[in-house]
Amino acid sequence: MGVKYVTVYAFSIDNFRWDPHEVQALMDLIKAKIDQLLTEESLLKKFDARINFRGNLELLTDLVRLSAKRAMDMTVYNKGPVLSVCVAYTSTDEITHAVEASLREKRKNVQIDVCDLDRNMYTAGCVEPDIIIRTSGETRLSNFLLWQSDFTHLQNPKPYWPEFSLRHLVCAVLEYQKVHGYLKKCKGETQKNK
Amino acid sequence: MKNDHHRKERDATLFHAISAYQRTTIANELACIFSRYFYSVNGSYKILISPSKMIEASVIASPILGILYYLLHAIVCLAHIWSYLIYQIQCLIISSGLLPKYQNLKLDRLQHLAVVIDSEEAKNKSKVHQLLLWLSDVGVKYVILYDIEGVMKKSNKAFQKSTATQSDTKCLDFDLNVPSIFDVFGMTVEVISYTDGKEAVAKAANYLFSKFSTNQEGTLDGLEPKFTEPDISSALKAVGHDGPEPDLLLVYGPARCHLGFPAWRMRYTEIVHMGRLSSMKFSAIVKVFYDFSKKHQNYGK
Repeated sequence: MGVKYVTVYAFSIDNFRWDPHEVQALMDLIKAKIDQLLTEESLLKKFDARINFRGNLELLTDLVRLSAKRAMDMTVYNKGPVLSVCVAYTSTDEITHAVEASLREKRKNVQIDVCDLDRNMYTAGCVEPDIIIRTSGETRLSNFLLWQSDFTHLQNPKPYWPEFSLRHLVCAVLEYQKVHGYLKKCKGETQKNK
Repeated sequence: MKNDHHRKERDATLFHAISAYQRTTIANELACIFSRYFYSVNGSYKILISPSKMIEASVIASPILGILYYLLHAIVCLAHIWSYLIYQIQCLIISSGLLPKYQNLKLDRLQHLAVVIDSEEAKNKSKVHQLLLWLSDVGVKYVILYDIEGVMKKSNKAFQKSTATQSDTKCLDFDLNVPSIFDVFGMTVEVISYTDGKEAVAKAANYLFSKFSTNQEGTLDGLEPKFTEPDISSALKAVGHDGPEPDLLLVYGPARCHLGFPAWRMRYTEIVHMGRLSSMKFSAIVKVFYDFSKKHQNYGK
């Protein structure tokens, strides 16, 4: 379908409050899946895709963090679609991190502005999403891409994630096409007023 | 015990989802075949075949693909019309008072309500006035009104004259770059715009810098700033851009999009699209509040 950037929400910082055994099992699963992605037969190789892990990676276990960094290093020069996996991520933590990073590079008599914060976000380099899909019919964003979704079409189809298939994606694109003009107009006017 | 219950709930949900997934396999096959032959991007359509055959194919297939594209959108429109009819019938039943469950709404969990309005529609002051009246009738105590261009902020003074009685009015002179807060119809109403979002966080960052110690060059050389989320919240408060997180956010406009509502205040907010302000209904608000009262949030736990 020509979609270049896909961002998924794999693990929230809030999820660290789960039972420690459950968290450890998930960390092991994440590591296993990352290692699987780097095999010759994986989808990343097939589509020359690039993978990024966005979030406060210092909160991950050493093994998972090293696997994630290895995956990012191995695919950094790939030219295909970009898959961003948000792990140990919340939007408010991302904003806090962006403020810290902006303060580190601040110079005298130069005010920090929104562009500085944008540049220091975990998701810097990714375009703002056109659509955010929250499956299972839930209507909240749960601290996901709050900063980046000013002009994003928010969709909440009823199927749960394992049921979500190509036909649901086609429907999502069709729904987006109906409001595309309006959202682009709003974005253009806001940028003109800045 | 509580964690066991949550884990069992998640496992049951996952099992149900997997069973349903297996039933949709046939639909997936059909959709896959269909999408292999065309996809559409921003109103233009392309064919998923090799570039060498694209010119030949486009002469023959373009009109057919065009018809297919518009047919698909016609089907989506029909689905929307059907959903709209069902929705109108539901609103009619609610406003008739036949269902007692909609009569006594429990709004304990709804402490703060946000309303995002498209700026063009926000110019319709009588509609905004009517909306506030309805929200007050339902029992809402705190409303955050947002429109991206600050139309409501700019018209705030005239708006207060049209909505408040002498005993109700208590307002502050307002600067367009900070929230405007006043009391009306027994509710506290906070009016914000795009400048209260990302630009407010930038102001908070500059405030934190001024609080942090600096060297003669005005940098943080050798010092590692380390802030927590409460620090950012305090900084936002110090620069006049704090405020409660709304539990529910209603979007009045053509699309379900928050249009730059302050990101810091929207972590677990339920976002509901209400359609255009010009066609708003009291019964629709009652339905949304009822559905909200039945929601359950784990907050990531």
